This record gives sequence, structure tokens and C-alpha cells, in this order.
Amino acid sequence: MKQLRVLSLPYLVWMVIFIVVPIIMVAVFAFTTSDGNFTIDNISNVGQYANIFVHSIWLALIATAICLVLSYPIAFYLSRMEKHKQGTMLMIVMLPMWMNFLLRTYAWMTLLGNNGIINYLLGLIGLGPFKLINTSGAVVLGMVYNYLPFMILPLYSVMQKIDKSVIEAARDLGCNPVKVMFRVIVPLSLPGIVSGITMVFVPAISTFIISRMLGGGSNLLIGDLIEMQFLGNAYDPHLGAAIALVLMVIILAIMTVMNQFSPDDQVLI
Amino acid sequence: MENIVSLKDLVVEFEDGERILKSISLDIKDKEFVTFLGPSGCGKTTTLRIIGGFLEPTSGDVFFEGKRINGLPPHKRNVNTVFQRYALFPHLNVYENIAFGLRVKKTSEKEIVKRVGEMLELVNLKGFEKRSVNRLSGGQQQRVAIARALVNHPKVLLLDEPLGALDLKLRKEMQTELRKIQQALELTFVYVTHDQEEALTMSDTVVVMNNGLIQQIGSPTDIYNEPVNAFVADFIGESNIVNGCMPEDCVVEFMGRKFQCVDKGFDPNETVDVVIRPEDVKVIPAEKAKLTGIVESVVFKGVHYEMTVDGVDHKWIIHSTKAEPAGSMIGMDFDPFDIHIMKKTEEE
Repeated sequence: MKQLRVLSLPYLVWMVIFIVVPIIMVAVFAFTTSDGNFTIDNISNVGQYANIFVHSIWLALIATAICLVLSYPIAFYLSRMEKHKQGTMLMIVMLPMWMNFLLRTYAWMTLLGNNGIINYLLGLIGLGPFKLINTSGAVVLGMVYNYLPFMILPLYSVMQKIDKSVIEAARDLGCNPVKVMFRVIVPLSLPGIVSGITMVFVPAISTFIISRMLGGGSNLLIGDLIEMQFLGNAYDPHLGAAIALVLMVIILAIMTVMNQFSPDDQVLI
Repeated sequence: MENIVSLKDLVVEFEDGERILKSISLDIKDKEFVTFLGPSGCGKTTTLRIIGGFLEPTSGDVFFEGKRINGLPPHKRNVNTVFQRYALFPHLNVYENIAFGLRVKKTSEKEIVKRVGEMLELVNLKGFEKRSVNRLSGGQQQRVAIARALVNHPKVLLLDEPLGALDLKLRKEMQTELRKIQQALELTFVYVTHDQEEALTMSDTVVVMNNGLIQQIGSPTDIYNEPVNAFVADFIGESNIVNGCMPEDCVVEFMGRKFQCVDKGFDPNETVDVVIRPEDVKVIPAEKAKLTGIVESVVFKGVHYEMTVDGVDHKWIIHSTKAEPAGSMIGMDFDPFDIHIMKKTEEE
């Protein structure tokens, strides 16, 4: 055991230098002025961006919900397939992730654009053009498209552990297919649901690429706001740090609530 | 007694043309303890799954209390199953596992408390209500599985090798207990096992299966004493099986020697399987014997010794309370009624 503990040392050092220290620095920045004096103004200034927070949380929630609804049946279907077919199907699910994230999102720009492929095709049958790009819908679509595999994978990995005979037992004891789903499969896949929601919601709420490329000016999200404070015209790293800190607290709070639904031995944070 | 389950000409064929069941017809009487016995792949579990509704036969009919139930899904059948590896619900505790079927059927809370209580008592699990099923021993999980099925008051309980995962001592205990439960509740049990001893000790009727066909149906005594063919004889207990022929009624010739037997009605010189139980081989001095052999090995089995004897064409298995030293020459003899003559099965 002792020798093994030594092996974890490199990561522990890494964790301290690149995770613990930066978080402390973010906190320090958030509570100081550019002169280095203590202040809570940065935090209280975050309040004026409340609408952006609400909008971000809202879009991330919708994207997460859509991912869950789309993934659940697919993950279940996958988990019940013959073992050798599961591998192939999983690869197809993962395939988009092998393509660069920016490229994938950029592709959606050309698809959704006012003169894009979708509007062109609709035009051929006399419809449109519709305003597809630079809408909240486009942002949600981008989130769903990019983060769907992160929902499917944890669901699938929990579901494929559900023994076929447990499902048969439920049928034997009087469950029709719907009752099998809600009395056995959903409760048993709860850890997968919780971790899938986490894996989609967290990146979705803090994204800035998707909203910038697909959302236009009207869909400023928290991620964009933070980016502006560090790289944009509104340069104010102290405010940026404060926004990041508030976001972190919000995510932490949501995760704590989520973990209430997970069995004790599978807490996620 | 009435037939509660009837199977008529069941055939199960997989897509690749492999036939799992070739033609199974069987009547199961009400309140009967029936055991499907056979080696793995013989079709016994497949037959059970057809009764449970988990598998549809390619052809043939299933009747339950006289009504054809082909195509009826499991949740609408008045049978319950105890699965091979229990298949308990890991997210529910002992109490909720047992109550599951009643809750699905929206039984009143009062009734649930009463019936689950009865079941806990029946399977000796009082005080374990709140225990997670993941923290139970194999034997306890087994009891939960049985209680979970019985609480629904099924007319027929299907058991798919339920004791397979338990150690020998526990298995024996559970055999007795299951038999007691079956008799106390006056239920029909359809039990699947590959363990011939289990089949013989528990059942009213044993159905011996092989290669998707029923070989013999009968009481444990019938099956043991009067096996209809060499397969049954070999599968039910150990047997010496040698080729022979019948020159005339009540005389059988094997290994170049003629012996008296009690079977008749064969064609003259018909080739037959001669089956002799290891405990029916009498060891006599070599010089007085028609058949001799050299003792190859002796194993102490508790009640008796098991000797392997090399008799040139056949290695004899002999059970005897007296051991002969390995390497010695012994003689063998048989009483006429201990020599069982079987017609050759067509398949072999």
C-alpha cells in the first residue's frame, strides 16, 4: 500500500499547483481591487448580470433535459444489444467527439446560416428562409449536439450492469413494459442519470464558444461574460474572477441537490 | 387430479436452424412437484421459460388450466419464477423486494403488511425486513427470491436451478425446506436441475430430458429402477453400460459370455444396451467367475469404496463395502434381475 501511495504523488503535486492554487487566486482576485485592497464590490457587482446568469442556467437546463430525454432510450437500447454490436454502436455515438469541437460548431454555423444549407433546402420546396442562427434555439442545439455523448455514456455504463434476469423478474411479478421502466430500470440507472446531468450541465452552463458562434449578440452567456473580463474590451479580471466564483458556488449548490438523489456510495462531487 | 399445465408438441428453433426443443409434450398435474432433469443444453430451462412466458415456442401449444396461453406476456400469467441467480432488486430492501409484486398490483397496504409478514415467517427471515439484499448470504437471498415469488399466490411456481449457487450442506437444507413449503401451500412446483440426486429426493415426477427430447417421465423410483434407455440409466446415477445382444428370451450375451436376465420380447440376436448399476456388481473370486478384471484404482467414498476395474473391453465401476487391493484380479457376477436390458436409442 505504501509504495502505491507514492505513485499518487505526481498528481497530488499537480493538483495543488494547478487546481488548489488557482482556485485560491481566483478567490483572492474576486475579493480585491486592482490596487490589492480587500473589497466585496466585485461580488456585489455580479448582481447586475443576474439576467445573464438566469439565461445561462435556463439554456443549460433545457439542453440537459433534451440530452436526457434523447439519451435515455438510446442508452437503454444500446445496453440490451448483443455485446459485440454494442461496441460498434458506441463507436458511432463517440464518433463526433473525434472531430475538433470548434470545427463541429463551425459546421453548424454553415448549416443554420441565413443562406445556409438548411434554409437552402427548405427554399427548394418553397419554405423559409427561417432565422435559425443567432437564436437561443441554435445555442441549445449546439449544446445538445456537443454534449450528448456525455449523457449517453454514463447512462449506458450503468444500464449495461443491470442484469437481464432482474428485468425478467419484474415482468414475472406483474410489470408491463412501462412499469418495468419506472419501477426497476429508472431507479437502478439513477447514478447514471445524476452523473450524465452533471457532465452535460456543467460544461453547458460555462460554455462561451457555442453561444458566441451560434447565439449572436443576444445570447450572451456567463462564459462569454467571463471571457470579456479577461480578453475583451471590458477588461476587469477582478470582476471576471468574482463572476467565476459565483458560478462555481451555483454549480456546487446544484450538484449538492443532485447528489441527494444518488445512493450514498456513489456521491459525485 | 387435474392437469394445470399442458405442453403440446413444443418446438423451439433458433434462427440458425438449431433446434433446442424437438417436440416436448407433457402434462403437469395440480399440486405436483415436477422436476426437469438433464444435462446443460438439454432444453429444460427453455421449457421452463416457455411456461413463464419469456420465450415463445416456434411451434406447439401451451395450456394453463385448459386455456391456450401462447403469446400471453409474463405479467399476465398466474405463475411466478425463482430465477437461477435470484435476480433480486438491488435498489430495494428485503421487505420491498418481497412486496414488489403486490405493489405492482396495487394491493392495499394492510394486505401487503400481512402477506409479506407471512412470507418472512415462512422463509425464516423475520427481522431482516430493512436489510439491503446486497448484504445477505446466498442462502438468505435465495429465501427472499422464493418469498418474493410466493407472496403473489401463484398457482404454479417455476424454479430454475434455484440451489445451484449454494454449498452442499445449505443445498440439502433448502431441498427439504422447499419440499415442505410446496406441500404446506399445496402448490405446483416445476423445478429445473441438472443434479440427479436433487431431482430424486424432491420430486413427485421426474422428467428426464436430453437433446431437446423427453427421455422418460416417471416417479423417482421408476426412473432409478426402470430407466427406459441407456441415457437415463447413465444420467441417473452411475452405470456400467456395455453392448450386448439377446440370443433368446431371458438370456443376454455380452463380452462373449451368456448371462441369465429377466427381460424378454426382443428380436432374436437384437443388439441392446446392457446396464448394470455399480452397486449391483458382485465381487467373487476370479477362478469362479465368467468375467474377470484387474482392479485399477480404489477410492473411499464414505459409505462404500468405488473401484475401477479393467475388464479388457470395458472399465467397470463397482461400489462395494469391501475394497480389493489395486492390481489384484477379481471376478464379477450379477443377479439376473440386476441386469437391465435397454433397446438401443435411434439417435446413437
